[in-house]
Amino acid sequence: MLPLLVLISEGISASTDLFSHLWQTVLPDYISNTLLLGTFVVLLSVCFGVISAALIVHSNVAGKAILRWLLMLPLAMPAYLVAYLYTDLFDYAGPVQRTLRLWFNWQNFNDYWFFDIRTLGGASIIIALVLFPYVYMLARTAFELQDQNLLKASRLLGLSAKQSFFKVALPLARPAIAVAASLVLMETLADFATVQYFAVNTLTTAIYDTWLGYSDLATANALASILMLFILFTIVAEQRARAGQAHQSNRINKIHQIIILSNTAQIFASGFCWLLAITGFILPFILLLLMAWEYSTIEQFFALIPSATNSINVAFWAASLSVVFALLFTLFKRLSTDKWRYLPMQISGFGYAIPGTVLAMAMMSTFAPIDYMINDIAKFFNYSPPGLILSGSIFAIIFAYTVRFAAIANGTIDSGIKQIPRSIDFAPASLGVNLSTMLTKVHLPLLKPSIWVAWLLVFVEAMKELPAVLLLRPFNFETLSTKIYQLISDEMLEQGALGAIFIVLLGLLPIIWLNRNKDNTSQ
Amino acid sequence: MSPSTNKIVTLLFTTIALFITAFTSLLANATEEVNVYSYRQPFLVKPLFDKFTESTGIKVNVVFAKKGMSERLAREGEYSPADILLTTDISRLIELQERNLLQVNNSAILTSVIPSQYRSTDNTWFALTTRVRNIYSAKRLGAVNINYEDLADEKYKGRICTRSGKHAYNVALVSSMIAEHGEAETLVWLEKFKANLARKPQGNDRGQVQAIHQNLCDISLGNSYYFGKMLVDKKQKVWADAVNINFPNQSNRGAHVNISGMGLAKYSPNIKNAKMLMDFLASKPAQQLYAHTNMEYPVRTDVAPSALVASWGKFKADKLSLEIIAKNRQLALKLIDRARFDL
Repeated sequence: MLPLLVLISEGISASTDLFSHLWQTVLPDYISNTLLLGTFVVLLSVCFGVISAALIVHSNVAGKAILRWLLMLPLAMPAYLVAYLYTDLFDYAGPVQRTLRLWFNWQNFNDYWFFDIRTLGGASIIIALVLFPYVYMLARTAFELQDQNLLKASRLLGLSAKQSFFKVALPLARPAIAVAASLVLMETLADFATVQYFAVNTLTTAIYDTWLGYSDLATANALASILMLFILFTIVAEQRARAGQAHQSNRINKIHQIIILSNTAQIFASGFCWLLAITGFILPFILLLLMAWEYSTIEQFFALIPSATNSINVAFWAASLSVVFALLFTLFKRLSTDKWRYLPMQISGFGYAIPGTVLAMAMMSTFAPIDYMINDIAKFFNYSPPGLILSGSIFAIIFAYTVRFAAIANGTIDSGIKQIPRSIDFAPASLGVNLSTMLTKVHLPLLKPSIWVAWLLVFVEAMKELPAVLLLRPFNFETLSTKIYQLISDEMLEQGALGAIFIVLLGLLPIIWLNRNKDNTSQ
Repeated sequence: MSPSTNKIVTLLFTTIALFITAFTSLLANATEEVNVYSYRQPFLVKPLFDKFTESTGIKVNVVFAKKGMSERLAREGEYSPADILLTTDISRLIELQERNLLQVNNSAILTSVIPSQYRSTDNTWFALTTRVRNIYSAKRLGAVNINYEDLADEKYKGRICTRSGKHAYNVALVSSMIAEHGEAETLVWLEKFKANLARKPQGNDRGQVQAIHQNLCDISLGNSYYFGKMLVDKKQKVWADAVNINFPNQSNRGAHVNISGMGLAKYSPNIKNAKMLMDFLASKPAQQLYAHTNMEYPVRTDVAPSALVASWGKFKADKLSLEIIAKNRQLALKLIDRARFDL
């Protein structure tokens, strides 16, 4: 939370000159692009995620056992890589259009029509393909945990299977879907590298332009704060819209009635799910494998191991800390009677909406004064100053990640705790058990699935994260993502494919493991 | 948690604890060293640093980032561990100088081997290599004699490709146009240039050459060394084979040149080693290595470029002061915004 306040306070001294220049030239376009991109990506991810989750939980869609976890995998792919791969693939000069020209003997772009991947639409689809698993995972968990008695009751009252899904199951899953959608929105709006491949200029472009181009960090911070407020507004509006809706039952029936799809429906349903899995994960992963096969050696693979260890190390701590903080915030919000009990959780969640580099700088502004204080104290007591302890340390990176990914951990665990009936909270008083016993014996075991999902999501995101680790790291400290960035920034993505495969595989392991774990517990 | 999960978690914690101990002890044992904040990719500069360590025994520590390095240095202030800043693009060096993050290095070696056009008048920053903003043209056009001004010529309507106008390399070019033609004329040039584009500015310098190879456009802007790098890449060689590399404005002011360079950090804790490394980077062997691995032009006049780079021919470089290019940067950006170049 502290770094966010630093950011806003640095933004207050922004110059109005530059702002009005931007406003008169490019800013209106950037803003409309930002709004459209945010809307399209959220709508598409919700469609992709909710439909696939509903099919997996409520129908006999073909390949269900594999699809169930395959649909989570796009999350392990760094969005900037997928963006690069797809723009490269569908570009005018890319293999798809080249082959078409060869087959049909078209000479140039006047001879045929092909969609332009480097547009707002192209960017929205590709980003949604990478981000929809958030919606899918949270919606699937919500559907699975729903009380099936309610669905049964609605059927008895004369609703068709379809109606009961839209009138009962979907509204009940809405909080989870809303959390996922807000994560998607924040990630989309804070992104810079991905939209840059698509040549789409957004508010983030303006933030980087003002800071790096016009050397005006204050205005950049002001713009970042505006972005943050915009997201705050959207999220609060959504929460208001469903305020007062709550359902909890104490005896949950988890036996799902599976809808048997007709043949035609089966083709569409399984086609839809497989298309998502293929475009979101399988195809880009194969492209990466081909690149690595062509450009890399086995020695290079072994040379990446130290960086991989660093990535895992940082991601492990970030995930664990985020989960601990999220648990504290969630339990505080649940058990406190303070009227501001929602605040810590909401404020801590906004780190995800700020572009990584901007957040990293806010982080530096937070640590530098503390470091200076330590040195001043040392000098006062006549010790030699120890130099910078926090700035440029691994601790700084882990701290930055904990701030950045708090939204993910908070949202996931919070939507989990809502599944626990309120009546349980009042049990200790009647049973004469103290609070901590209740939490460790009742709440934590019940929250276990959400805790794992939160841990996993933060772990996978932290493995992929680039801008913050790049700027905050100590000397000679490389992670897989910084290694890849070195190569990409010198226009050598092919050589970076190997590192990307490493990131994807390391992200896959916990996803698959988690899934096995869940299957075991659900059996 | 099941017992097996417990075991895994314990194991993980132990490994991580061991790893952290190993890492911190590594830091504590370091002896003679020099710390570099680099805007350049480590794999580009590592061969140079390895050679330096080999001959002096001084360890070189590097942290690489492109965005925010000067903010990090500024916030770290007098306790910053940084000794040397390595950058590409003149404006970053000038920014460091203007924010008072560099100190004077009156090394006799640097001032004698680096031409005065390529170092600051107060000896705070020094160029190490130069790179030209070339114009690539499709081989199918035959030999062309082209100026940057021609990018606005109607005969190239729909035939030009470029990366974002706001990329540092293009901004520096626009700055040099402002110095030559003034603000108003440069804006008109930008607007006409924009109207000639075959597609919205996108991708990187190599991507534009690929587009020429695929006949989407005939002309593109690109730095010189990418041509060399594409020629030695198995997939990209065909792209490079489809174009000629042209040095613009040879009959008048000369081709626009940018630099990569270095500066001594204001609070450098290992100043002796830092000065040794700076002298080394300007030495003949280091300059030769730069020329060969990165295909850039060595800043020393007595070191030849690589054979491949030399085969593109000698050229006349614009003599415009780099300080003026950096000074015009903000105005250049504003004009690019006003021409809505990227939209």
